[in-house]
Amino acid sequence: MNRQTTHTNSVAHVSRVLCATLFVALASLAAVAQQASSNMGPAFQSGTPGTFAIRGAHIFPVSGPDIENGTVVISNGKIAAVGANVSVPAGAHVIDGRGLSVYPGMIDLGTSIGLIEITEQGATGWVDTQEVGELNPNAKAFYGINPHSSHVAVTRVNGVTTVLSSPLGGLVSGQSALINLLGSTAPEMAVERFAALVVNYPRTGFGGGFFAFQQQPQGADAATQRDRQLEQIRKQLRDADAYARAVDAANADPKLPRAERDVVLESLVPYVRGQKPVIFRADRDADIRGAVRFAEELKLKPIILGGNDSWKAAQFLKEHNVPVILTGVLDLPSREDDPYDVMYECASKLQQAGVQFAISTGDTASDVRTLPYHAGMAAAFGLPKAEALKAVTLYPAQIIGYGNQLGSLDVGKIGNVVVTDGDLLEARTNIRHLFINGREVPLVSKHTELYDAFKNRK
Amino acid sequence: MRKLFALLVSIATVVASFGGATASAQRRTPQRTQPAPTKPESGTPSAAEAPPTASAAGDLLIRNATILTASHGTLENSDILVRKGKIAAVGRNLSAGEGVKVVDASGKFVTPGIIDCHSHSAIDAINEGTLSVTSMVRIRDVMNPTDIDVYRALAGGVTAQNTLHGSANTIGGQNAVVKMKYGRPINEWFFGAPPGIKFALGENVKRSNNQNFIIVGQPQAPRRYPATRMGQEEVIRDALTRARNYKRDWDDYRAAQSRGDRNAIPPRRDLQLEALVEVLEGKRFVHAHSYRSDEMLMLMNIAEEFGFRIKTLQHVLEGYKIAPEIARHGAGASAFADFWGYKLEAYDAIPYDVAIMTRAGVVSTVNSDDAGRARRLNIEAAKMMKYGGLTEQEALRTVTLNAAIQLGIDNRTGSIDVGKDADLVIWNGHPLSVYSRVDQTYIEGELFFDREQDIKNRAALERERQELEKAEPNQAPSGAPAGAPQRGRRPGSQDDDDGDGGNN
Repeated sequence: MNRQTTHTNSVAHVSRVLCATLFVALASLAAVAQQASSNMGPAFQSGTPGTFAIRGAHIFPVSGPDIENGTVVISNGKIAAVGANVSVPAGAHVIDGRGLSVYPGMIDLGTSIGLIEITEQGATGWVDTQEVGELNPNAKAFYGINPHSSHVAVTRVNGVTTVLSSPLGGLVSGQSALINLLGSTAPEMAVERFAALVVNYPRTGFGGGFFAFQQQPQGADAATQRDRQLEQIRKQLRDADAYARAVDAANADPKLPRAERDVVLESLVPYVRGQKPVIFRADRDADIRGAVRFAEELKLKPIILGGNDSWKAAQFLKEHNVPVILTGVLDLPSREDDPYDVMYECASKLQQAGVQFAISTGDTASDVRTLPYHAGMAAAFGLPKAEALKAVTLYPAQIIGYGNQLGSLDVGKIGNVVVTDGDLLEARTNIRHLFINGREVPLVSKHTELYDAFKNRK
Repeated sequence: MRKLFALLVSIATVVASFGGATASAQRRTPQRTQPAPTKPESGTPSAAEAPPTASAAGDLLIRNATILTASHGTLENSDILVRKGKIAAVGRNLSAGEGVKVVDASGKFVTPGIIDCHSHSAIDAINEGTLSVTSMVRIRDVMNPTDIDVYRALAGGVTAQNTLHGSANTIGGQNAVVKMKYGRPINEWFFGAPPGIKFALGENVKRSNNQNFIIVGQPQAPRRYPATRMGQEEVIRDALTRARNYKRDWDDYRAAQSRGDRNAIPPRRDLQLEALVEVLEGKRFVHAHSYRSDEMLMLMNIAEEFGFRIKTLQHVLEGYKIAPEIARHGAGASAFADFWGYKLEAYDAIPYDVAIMTRAGVVSTVNSDDAGRARRLNIEAAKMMKYGGLTEQEALRTVTLNAAIQLGIDNRTGSIDVGKDADLVIWNGHPLSVYSRVDQTYIEGELFFDREQDIKNRAALERERQELEKAEPNQAPSGAPAGAPQRGRRPGSQDDDDGDGGNN
């Protein structure tokens, strides 16, 4: 009897919850439909275009000194003016910036946003990170990105406006897309559809633990396996180089035979010619150095992604002018006898050595919004605050080759702007206004919608 | 058979540590490498051996700090006097007395020690993943006092933790609420906290049946009941019913004894049910791993039916959907700050969870469930100001006083009040700022982490490391190429320079 009652109660609760949710969801949908061109839920809106002026705010252009009381104008998708004595254009939507701060949107180069919704538990239908096989240079993240992934809005409302989304698997994982976190289609989001080639630098010695079950080769065998894998990558890149030269030669001289078109090799051409960067995932000192030497041998343009040990290789990286996307700031030290703060301090050591670096969460999707706290922790352990801010704005833009379009508040750059009520990197700070591609984006996501739906439930 | 048993345990551990409850709590073979704080024996210990302790009796005066009490607001330019490990006075211009160590904390901040309400640090085993009801196994039997993760957590201001089993089993085992007395014998870590037990619901329990999890070259694990949330309800109901019967048998026996019945036969002692009888009697707190609101309601209902209350819902990702029900039941809630989306049952997790539950009257905390996250619970707490607008003190309480209340230790720790243990953290800036770090961590007035000393110790540790690397067992075997991994080290040791972090 008791049980019966209990069950009835639960059912009643559930239906009440459902009704309440539905009601709130419908109500908020209706409210938003009036303001926005999109008739989808607010988290899916593509934002409101227009001319915007944020007036009287503390401005952090990042590329230059702070402006304590200034104005930022956004127009036609771009940053139109930044300064203390900027006039507001007629017809601009004016935002009172008193007490607020203005920053460029943050950039995370270590993600797979759009390629993955949920990682585990039989939800593989929602995962597109990893192709079958070892060499997939023509697997392009751009074609796997789901613009309607819940991570897009969840991430941007925390001030991260641009990410590099990369495939993960095999030795050559594929090509990354540089995307703004706004748009109804992948082409609308893309800053650069094919921004980088991703290589998992082969490594030796998967020590114990889980990998011990898998009978990984050890010792000399492991080194042989690494060399064999490197040779696989080397061969493909050399083939691509030869292919590119054959195509050029045939184009220059019609009498020469034309190479059979090969889409795999074709996709590698900009990388073997050093026109676009090759990202090497590598964490250990030896692997970082190995990746740099490998890239130099093949005349590639390398970037290190991961870089847990990069502080050990800092001088080497500086000498070889190779940038690092550091993903491990909040990771545990990888060795028991490492100082407790070895990862917290890593960015500071790179900065002191003059290595070009950016800070990334290294998270596939759901935790990318925590990017500012990674930078903040680096600042708590030696990295100057201004450098920590650059490490998640201007530096990643420069490393991926878009320093002229992203990463700072400079006239002509893409209008990715974040307005806050405090320091951008502080966990307590709230985002007040958000602009991506010059569009004002509502500060809503799956999370705010669930919050609104349930916060007043009695 | 024995081998298969060992394998099952390994599989369960691997399974559990690859996601979910122990999302990234990868266990490693502990090796003592950081200096453990040991009491100086005689003479002066070398720097690498022992960070300085406070005066032996735990007497201490912290002077001129900004004190976030967690119970009664923030005190500027104030002092804390510690006598025999207890907070003796809080106020301005306190005097130390003879022989009491004085710490000048001008420009610094002091908070109560952080309490992590969900940890798997300092234990050598997480799941007894063979049966689904393992209420007889105890965390305290597998604790390792030199787990380096404990030292790292101390460096993030953590002074106490709720050490829990994993989530492979519906009823996991008996917890251990301890002070983080790194390097001391484990018995010294216990301080009389009420006992507890881990329950678990949802995907992780189901996953112990995952037929897709195949380890190459090893026999496949047999399936185990329960495989659904239906079975989980039934397993709990069955276990509690057996416990109730067991209690009745003992009650009957004791009644017969008191009547002078010399022929009464005592029931056979059952360690599994003994712990569950304590649950029924409200003497052992249930900390229940739970994600979805439906499974939480199920558990609270079944507890009410059996006449007890769930002490805390752990993770409680969808707690915000049923906050009034949780408040009415009287459970506490211990959540992640903003960790979400790592599996299907975490897809509706929102960072406003704690704020909604707090406003509904639920005592709520933010926990780590992860050795990495345990080092920055202050930042996890700070996020609660952003997501749902908790005040500074409310946010701080999610990792201090509220955790003490949930664990039944608020008479001892969790806030800066006279009479409580001097579990204190000195920060170089505001503790809720990302730019701040811990300078010193005290447990019962005794220094367990000191950043200055840690830095001083590094040169000695580096020398020790170099010495060890020269030792014969650590040399590469002849013929191995330079840079190849060297054999002869303990499997799973991270010292093989591979940076994997994995060893289960």
